[in-house]
Amino acid sequence: MSENGALPLRGKVLTVDTMNANVKKVDYAVRGPIVQRAVQIEKELKEGVKKPFEEVIKANIGDAHAMGQRPITFFRQVMALCTYPQLLDDNKFPEDAKNRARRILQSCGGNSIGAYTTSQGIDCVRHDVANYIQRRDGGIPSDPDNIYLTTGASDGIVTILKLLTAGEGRTRTGVMISIPQYPLYSASIAELGAVQISYYLNEEKCWSLDISELQRALQAAREHCSPRVLCIINPGNPTGQVQSRQCIEDVIRFAAKENLFLMADEVYQDNVYAEGCEFHSFKKVLFEMGPEYSSKVELASFHSTSKCYMGECGFRGGYMEVINMDPGVKAQLTKLVSVRLCPPVPGQALMDLVVNSPQPGEPSYQTFMKERTAVLSALAEKAKLTEEILNTVPGISCNPVQGAMYSFPRITLPERAINEAKAKDQAPDMFYCMKLLEETGICLVPGSGFGQREGTYHFRMTILPPTEKLKIMLNKLKEFHQKFTQQYS
Amino acid sequence: MSFLKEISPLVNNYFLSGTDVLSRRAAQITAEIQQGERRSYNEVLDLSSGDLHRGGIKPITFVRQVLAACFYPALLEEDSLPLDVKQRAESLLRECDGGSIGSYTDSSGIAKIKHCVSQFITRRDGGVPSSPDNIFIKSGSQMALMIMLKLLIRSDDSCRTGVLIPVPTYASFTLALEKQGAAIIPYYLCEEQGWTLQVEELRRALNTGRKTCNPVALYICNPGNPTGHIQSRKSIEEVIRFAAEEKLFILADEVYQSCMYGDDTEFHSYKKVLSEMGSTISSTVEQASFNSVSKGFMGECGLRGGYVELVNLDPAVKEYASRLLSTRSCPPVVGQIALDLMADPPKPGDTSFPTFSEEVQSIKNTIGKNTVRILEVFAELPGISCQPLKAGYFVFPCLHFPPKAIKWAKRRQMEPDMLYCLHLLEESGLHVRPGCEYGQRKDSYHIRLFVATQENIMEDALQRLKTFHTQFMKEFS
Repeated sequence: MSENGALPLRGKVLTVDTMNANVKKVDYAVRGPIVQRAVQIEKELKEGVKKPFEEVIKANIGDAHAMGQRPITFFRQVMALCTYPQLLDDNKFPEDAKNRARRILQSCGGNSIGAYTTSQGIDCVRHDVANYIQRRDGGIPSDPDNIYLTTGASDGIVTILKLLTAGEGRTRTGVMISIPQYPLYSASIAELGAVQISYYLNEEKCWSLDISELQRALQAAREHCSPRVLCIINPGNPTGQVQSRQCIEDVIRFAAKENLFLMADEVYQDNVYAEGCEFHSFKKVLFEMGPEYSSKVELASFHSTSKCYMGECGFRGGYMEVINMDPGVKAQLTKLVSVRLCPPVPGQALMDLVVNSPQPGEPSYQTFMKERTAVLSALAEKAKLTEEILNTVPGISCNPVQGAMYSFPRITLPERAINEAKAKDQAPDMFYCMKLLEETGICLVPGSGFGQREGTYHFRMTILPPTEKLKIMLNKLKEFHQKFTQQYS
Repeated sequence: MSFLKEISPLVNNYFLSGTDVLSRRAAQITAEIQQGERRSYNEVLDLSSGDLHRGGIKPITFVRQVLAACFYPALLEEDSLPLDVKQRAESLLRECDGGSIGSYTDSSGIAKIKHCVSQFITRRDGGVPSSPDNIFIKSGSQMALMIMLKLLIRSDDSCRTGVLIPVPTYASFTLALEKQGAAIIPYYLCEEQGWTLQVEELRRALNTGRKTCNPVALYICNPGNPTGHIQSRKSIEEVIRFAAEEKLFILADEVYQSCMYGDDTEFHSYKKVLSEMGSTISSTVEQASFNSVSKGFMGECGLRGGYVELVNLDPAVKEYASRLLSTRSCPPVVGQIALDLMADPPKPGDTSFPTFSEEVQSIKNTIGKNTVRILEVFAELPGISCQPLKAGYFVFPCLHFPPKAIKWAKRRQMEPDMLYCLHLLEESGLHVRPGCEYGQRKDSYHIRLFVATQENIMEDALQRLKTFHTQFMKEFS
């Protein structure tokens, strides 16, 4: 039996030509070719191959634990208790952790996290999520029936896009998404065969969103598709920009006027660092704008356990809240999520703990707050550090990292480098990043993976490595850039 | 009890809107009982879904100990956990970036775990090689199946992509196919012969399908859900030969491969049989086999761990499959760990082995006893007949409704077996699923019961069913 495809391809049922054509257009730069090369280099290092560096630094992906961030003790204690309830008799676990575990287990079939849950997610968790949203948004009510637990925010985002993608040709669904954007959006749009409508964020104004640019993009798109969806990532990925309240109001007004379904990706909602910046949820602003908007505008907001201060990417926990969805469409949504049976129960349980974290007076409160604060303040410090150091490099210009987990600096590339890249059929910033990887072991994602204005180049780098390592990394980058500029001038 | 009384209008509305009537009503009744409403039963017995833990079976201790240590590595410093548990947890945590199960992994799964799964497959198949490069771990076998469907089903053709599926088939798969835009081509399993798969029926279905769509894939569920049938080696060979002749991609759903009863039953994997069929076939027929931690003795449905093994896939297509997977970041790490434990459980000599093997044997005994008891009870009842139960988690008996009962259901514009299940739930508090959800031959009716529950629950369920069914047959005779 062939395991390596050495046989003639003639005669195969599933070939690149017979498969679903949309799959060919799917690209996800965060785990793309540069990461594959980084993994290869890691193998080579392990095998003893000599390189100008000792380790590969994977600053390509928003994975906090991979970079040494510690999990929140309380969360992991409750998870252990839920998994192996014998531990409820172990007096080394605090009482508040045990109570949370008991409550979660009671809501699981057979008191086990191994049982299926309903496809929308455990009832009491959805109630807790609704309560969290209500508290966060200053009392604006949230209905648990509008909450869907998801397998990471990605699952929810793809599900909503699938729900909204319809029509053919000129009536095909158009989806507005920022440039630059997190490439899950472009990949999913391609996979679903929807039409991507790009709107450019304003780099000169700290990556802000201009309504006039939204208008321009929408108008142009109306010629060839049926725009139905407007996606916003706030705080932004890769840009880190945190939208002002005024901006959010303007976007809502725009969506209302143009009859667009709003998708608000808010997974970085606790990651806000810059002075004068504050997270405002789209839901809250919508409802504070009065019934003219709050009873009309259709909105889906997304959150996850992967970012913020938890960094629990591997749990695949998340939720979405849907507002003002047509009941017929909502019934379809409920049906759609039932196909994948249910989201991972550990992720559901973790989401419950995130929205129901230790309160003042509870035994675990002090430690919890200490750990949470330590993570967030370290991130704030690293955000500032990154901006500062990168801006000392001639040819690199970095906007303030207001929030999220990344910097997205603009790099000036010499003409010769650009030409050499093009001759190799490579995006110039990919060419740059590959060279950076080979010479320093630093793995970043080229800006071309996120989208950028024609003729501009960027890279996305996480701020997640520990502070000392980050400093070293930034300085190595500085050295590299100067060398590269000289080499190709 | 009167079957002639009107069913609650609330329930009627739900039915017309197409949502899951039975589950909603079951939840409602449970809530009503909790609020103090009196009924002839104290609780609803849920035998509707293939969920081992919900049915009262306890999780495997070794599995839960390893997972707990992975969640909270501080436990590794305590004496309470056995040595082999600690060693396994430590070796798994070493495979996680930053030593944490909170990190992302490779999109197709942790390399060491894929390697472990490939070794499990090789052992199972008596030495047939398996490469980790052909294994993709996903959050449950359903998701892995969906990825394959996504590759196979074209959305831009005027002629829809067709997939052959057995009747009966479990409902969420049919829904998944519809949502992907596939044309469903049903082939009927032969109930009289114990739900066997007849190639002539496959051929009939395929020829019919070719008139209206472009059939590319053949889906098999072995062991079968809901039928409990297990394919003989000869049958599998026939199917593979058919797929080779007709150029069909085989999707072999084998999640119940560890749920076997009786001494004369043996599971043959599609991969193994294919490998033994001469090089023209074994090196060309494209196949995807699915397995998961949700069934078998682990029953860890909620952890979402499953995998697909690809055979003879075009490498270029595999590359695209990888890319598609990468957009979903990675499967849940806990599910991956559960897969590792399923593929490489405690062995004789390991500290945890005695407890582990006791627990597994106990589950097997319970299910074995249940299956015997079920068939005993059915044998005593009029109007109910059942094929031999060989494997899987369910029994799918045939209900022979008297004409009066069928007329009664027709008047209410419902399938007779759905109406039977609604009344069974209402009057006896037993929740089982109707055959109409899975598909069945015209004018034949069935119910599906989960068999892997605690013995006392099974006995309670059977008594309730016996009482209800006897009364039902009397009233409609």
